[in-house]
Amino acid sequence: MKKIYILWLRQIKRYLRSRSRIVGSLAQPLLFLFALGYGFGAVFKQAGQGNYLNFLAPGIIGMSIIFTSIFSGMEVIWDRQFGFLKETLVAPMSRFSIMIGRTLGGATVATAQGIIVMLISLAFGFHPISWISTIPAVLVMFLVALLFTSLGTMIASLLDDMQGFQLIMNFLVMPLFFLSGALFPLQGLPEALSIIARIDPLSYGIDALRTLLIGAGHYGLGVDVIVLGIITFIFLWLGSYFFKKIQI
Amino acid sequence: MIQVNNLTKKFGDFVAVDDISFKVNDGEIFAFLGPNGAGKSTTIKMLTTLLNPTNGTVMVNGCDPTRHPDEVRHSFGIVFQDPSLDDELTAWENMEFHGVLYDVPKKIRRERIEQLLKFVELWDRKDSLVKEFSGGMKRRLEVARGLLHHPKIIFLDEPTLGLDPQTRNHIWTHLKELNKSEGTTVFFTTHYMEEADRIAQRIAVIDHGKIIAIGTSQELKKQTNTNSLEDAFLALTGKTIREESANSTDHMRTMRRMRRR
Repeated sequence: MKKIYILWLRQIKRYLRSRSRIVGSLAQPLLFLFALGYGFGAVFKQAGQGNYLNFLAPGIIGMSIIFTSIFSGMEVIWDRQFGFLKETLVAPMSRFSIMIGRTLGGATVATAQGIIVMLISLAFGFHPISWISTIPAVLVMFLVALLFTSLGTMIASLLDDMQGFQLIMNFLVMPLFFLSGALFPLQGLPEALSIIARIDPLSYGIDALRTLLIGAGHYGLGVDVIVLGIITFIFLWLGSYFFKKIQI
Repeated sequence: MIQVNNLTKKFGDFVAVDDISFKVNDGEIFAFLGPNGAGKSTTIKMLTTLLNPTNGTVMVNGCDPTRHPDEVRHSFGIVFQDPSLDDELTAWENMEFHGVLYDVPKKIRRERIEQLLKFVELWDRKDSLVKEFSGGMKRRLEVARGLLHHPKIIFLDEPTLGLDPQTRNHIWTHLKELNKSEGTTVFFTTHYMEEADRIAQRIAVIDHGKIIAIGTSQELKKQTNTNSLEDAFLALTGKTIREESANSTDHMRTMRRMRRR
């Protein structure tokens, strides 16, 4: 337990020390909120869907979480290149605990990033239906973060260096984000897009956030949480399976 | 303490370690010598649970690293050939992290960290991030870290690489003391022949993945009719300069690529 804690603490310390990373990863959500949030506001309203910025904010929170958590998970590659991974792999603890410690750390970092984006969107005019509901919303953020950090770890265990990173960004993370309903409502979609959105785990995360924060969900909170829970469990299992296979 | 039987490691078609057998006794200081790419690091990786052997058996402190990795991991400390510190943490945090992972109780941990950091003369830099350190300072920190949990066996893969004679002596004195007072088995590789000559009780020479000689420094010199260990080493391994062949990670990469095709 103590070992998992120190692995977690390490991720947190690294995060707090890389200020440029924190600032850098906030630029994109800011741009999305500003350009899309205000840009599409008028059209969205005319279509009778209400305030677009309010609708968009949970999606952008989800975006910053998926980006941060997949990147956190993939930090395994850095650790391997800089040699630190060896230090943890020869230590007397199971690979499973190593993977759990790292994943919890990465997920905490991603959740923090999600909370920061939520606070920023307040400044842009986002207002949640109730303040109390932000508490379960943070729990959902953590669940989503856990899911994608495990996915990142899994990918990192299969890659040798950061060269594959662009590939992962363009063919996995970007599609997961754009097809998730982060930017558009899930109602009345063309059949194909609707099916794809249903396969995308991020859809359920953002849908749950929308239910909690603005009271407008599509799948229903129960379905969202169950789906997220099951997929998180599977990814954690897969992540630790592949992490166990790493040889240096 | 270490028992190796017919150990073999292949990376695809490349045989990195070829059917080697040897034994290291309790409390012995054992040197593992060989030119670049001879299979030293690969052997150490198999002894320290980082790689699974293709063939053969290994026993470290009475346990098989492939079957009981955690028991084996508890019993040894290691200083790697290449850096394995976290650059974003301070010197002290790197030590603390290691101490927690190896179950060193808090009180002893704090004492030893102070004592070891003072010993490698990094105590006044304990709160600096490792990324600000020079190569030599990082090396010293790694050695200090490897000694933190007082292991039964300590593996040192070229521990004194790039260190000045003062620091080298300093570290070896400490290791010899530890060997005497706690009976720590020391297993090390080095390219400094005089170091092996002076410190090791027994020496194994490995080349092209095979052990070509094993014994005390005296025995090796006698066997090759030479006066110094350096000459004995050259007589055993020849004078051609080795191409530093790709390391195991590179081999794994080629293997993966082959599998993908």
